[in-house]
Amino acid sequence: MIADLLNGIGLLLWRVVSDQPDAKGALLPVLPAVLQPVVSAVLSVAPIIGVFASLFALTTLLERKGLGRIQNRLGPNRVGPFGILQPAADGLKMLTKEDIIPRSADKVVHFLAPVCLAVPTLLAFAVLPYGRNLVPLDLDAGLLFFFAVGASTELSIFMAGWSSRNKYSLLGAMRAIAQMISYEIPLIVSSVTVVMMTGTLSPMHIVEHQAGFIWGFIPHWYVLTPWGFAGFVIFTIASLAESNRSPFDLPEAESELIAGHLTEYSGFKYALFFLAEYLGMFAISGLGVTLFLGGWHAPLPGLEWIPSFVWFFGKLVSMVFLFIWIRGTVPRLRVDQLLNLAWKFLLPLALINLVVAAVWHFTAVWTFPGALVVRWLLGAALIGGPYVLLGSALSGAKKNTLRVYRYAT
Amino acid sequence: MLGEGIIKGMAETARNFLGSYHDAARLTTVEFPEDKIPAKESARNFPFLVHDGEDAMQGLRCVACQICEKECPPKCIFIIKDTNKKPDYVGKLQFQPKVFDIDVSVCMSCQICVEVCPFDAIKMDTDFELGGSDRFGGLLLNKRRLAKPNSYYHTIHPTEAAEVDGRLAAEKAKVEAKAKADAEAKAKAAAAAAAAKAAAQTTPPVVASTPAAVVTPAK
Repeated sequence: MIADLLNGIGLLLWRVVSDQPDAKGALLPVLPAVLQPVVSAVLSVAPIIGVFASLFALTTLLERKGLGRIQNRLGPNRVGPFGILQPAADGLKMLTKEDIIPRSADKVVHFLAPVCLAVPTLLAFAVLPYGRNLVPLDLDAGLLFFFAVGASTELSIFMAGWSSRNKYSLLGAMRAIAQMISYEIPLIVSSVTVVMMTGTLSPMHIVEHQAGFIWGFIPHWYVLTPWGFAGFVIFTIASLAESNRSPFDLPEAESELIAGHLTEYSGFKYALFFLAEYLGMFAISGLGVTLFLGGWHAPLPGLEWIPSFVWFFGKLVSMVFLFIWIRGTVPRLRVDQLLNLAWKFLLPLALINLVVAAVWHFTAVWTFPGALVVRWLLGAALIGGPYVLLGSALSGAKKNTLRVYRYAT
Repeated sequence: MLGEGIIKGMAETARNFLGSYHDAARLTTVEFPEDKIPAKESARNFPFLVHDGEDAMQGLRCVACQICEKECPPKCIFIIKDTNKKPDYVGKLQFQPKVFDIDVSVCMSCQICVEVCPFDAIKMDTDFELGGSDRFGGLLLNKRRLAKPNSYYHTIHPTEAAEVDGRLAAEKAKVEAKAKADAEAKAKAAAAAAAAKAAAQTTPPVVASTPAAVVTPAK
C-alpha cells in the first residue's frame, strides 16, 4: 500500500517534470475512491498557492533590488546573503503586527474585503496553461472566466474603501473603480483579437494555435504579428492599470491619499491585500504570456527539450521584470490623464486593432511570393497610422507657452 | 511622436540598472555600520566638556559658572557647584561642577552653550552614535561621559582647537608675565622700603601720615 503510494507520488512528479500527460492519473488510482476527488483538487490547488506565493515573496525582493539598481542604489542587502531573507523578515513583521480596526469602521465588511480580494485573484490562476500538460482547469470559456473573476476584484477594493470610513480610503477606492472599469475595456478588446484569430476562448487551444515556426526559426507567436504587437502593447498598458501598478498607482498615491483603500489596514490583512495585488499581476502577466507570447512554447526550434513550464515561468518573470522596469521609469499620471488615455487613446486603438486583425485574417489566402511581408507591412501601416495621428492629435494640442501671471508681478 | 519620451526614459533606467553592476562609481551608497565617512570639520551635534591632562575630573576646564545652564534654550543642562575649589589652567582657584548633566534627548544642538562659555570648557562634538536601550538614563550624559581630552578636540575640530589653545596660552603667558612683573615690583618695593628704613634710622620722619589716606571716597 505504502509502496504503491510512494511509487504513485514518484511517477506523478516524474510526469510533471518530464512534461508527460495525465500526471494525476499516476497517483489517483492508488488511493481509495472516496479520497480521489479531494486529492485531485488539492493536487491542482496546492501547487498554484505554493508556487505563486513563493514567486510573490521573490518578486517583492527582486522589485526592491531592481528599483534600487535603477536608481543606482544597492537595494536591501542586510537580511541574509544579498538580502535574500528579506521577504521572510517582512512576512514575520506583517504577521506579528497589531491588527487595527477603526472604531467607526463597518467591521464585517472591513474583515471580508481582503478575503474577497484574495479568492477571485487565486481563481484566475485556474484556467492558465502552465505547461504542455499542466492546466488546472481546461475550460472552453477560460478566457471569459478569467475576465469575469478578474472584474470581481473591484468590488472588494470598494468594500475596503467604504468600510474603513476614512476619506482617503473612500477616495482611493473611487479612483480604483474608475480606473479598473476604464481599463477593463481596452484590456478585453485587445484580447478579443486573439479570440478572433483562433476562434476559441480556451487558453489551452490559444497556446496550441501559436505552435510552430515561420521559416523554421521565427516562432509563431501573436506578438510578432502587427495586430498582435499592438494588442500586446495595449494589453500590457491596460494590465498595468488593472493591477494598480505604477504609473497607474493612483488608487494608493502616497503623496495624495496616504495609501488609498489600504490606509486603515494593518498586519495580516494588509499583507493579504499586498499578496492579492501581486498575484493579480502574475495572473494578468500569465494571461498576456498565454495570449501573445506563445504560452509555454519554446522561442527557438532546438530548445523544445526544456520542460514547457520553464518557458512559461521564464516569460512570466520577464513580464514582471518589465513591470518593475516601467515602475522605475514612468511617473504617476493625473486622474484626467489616466481616463483620457483609456477612453480617448487605448480604446479607439484597440477597436482599430480589431479591423487590423480582420485584414490579417482575410489576407491569409494570399499566396504570391513575399505575401507575408506585404501583409505585415499593411497591418503595421493600418495600426501605426492611427497611432501617430491619434497621438499627435491628443498630445499636440498642448503647446508650451510662457506663463502669464494676472496678479503677481 | 507619442511614446518617444517613455522609450528614452526606459533606455536611461536600463543604463542605470546595468551600469550599477559594472561601474562602482555609480553606487554612491556608503554601507554605514561597516563603512563610515570621516566627519567634516564643520560637523557638530552635541556638546562635550574639554579637559586638559590625563585625569578627566581634575583637568576639567569647567568652573561651574552656570552661564550655559542659564542660556540653554531647551534647558537640557543641569549643574551643581562643588564646594571645594581646584586651580584652573593659570593656577587660580576656581569652583568645579559636582554634577554636570546634559540630556541629549532634549538638546537641540544650537551651540549657544559653546558661544557663551568664557572658559572654552564646552565644545561641540561630532559623535552621533548615541543609540541605546535605555531612553531615560542612557541619554542623560553625566560629566564623566561628557569629559573628553583636548587631544580629542584637536582631532575633530583642529583649526578651532588650535585657535583656542593659542588664546589660552596667550592669556596664561599674560598672567604669568603680570605675576612676574608684580613679583618684581614687590621685590623692588621691598628693596625700596628696606632702603627707606635704613635711611629712617639715620634721620627721623617729618610727617607721620597724610590726611588723604583716611578720607573715604564720596559716593
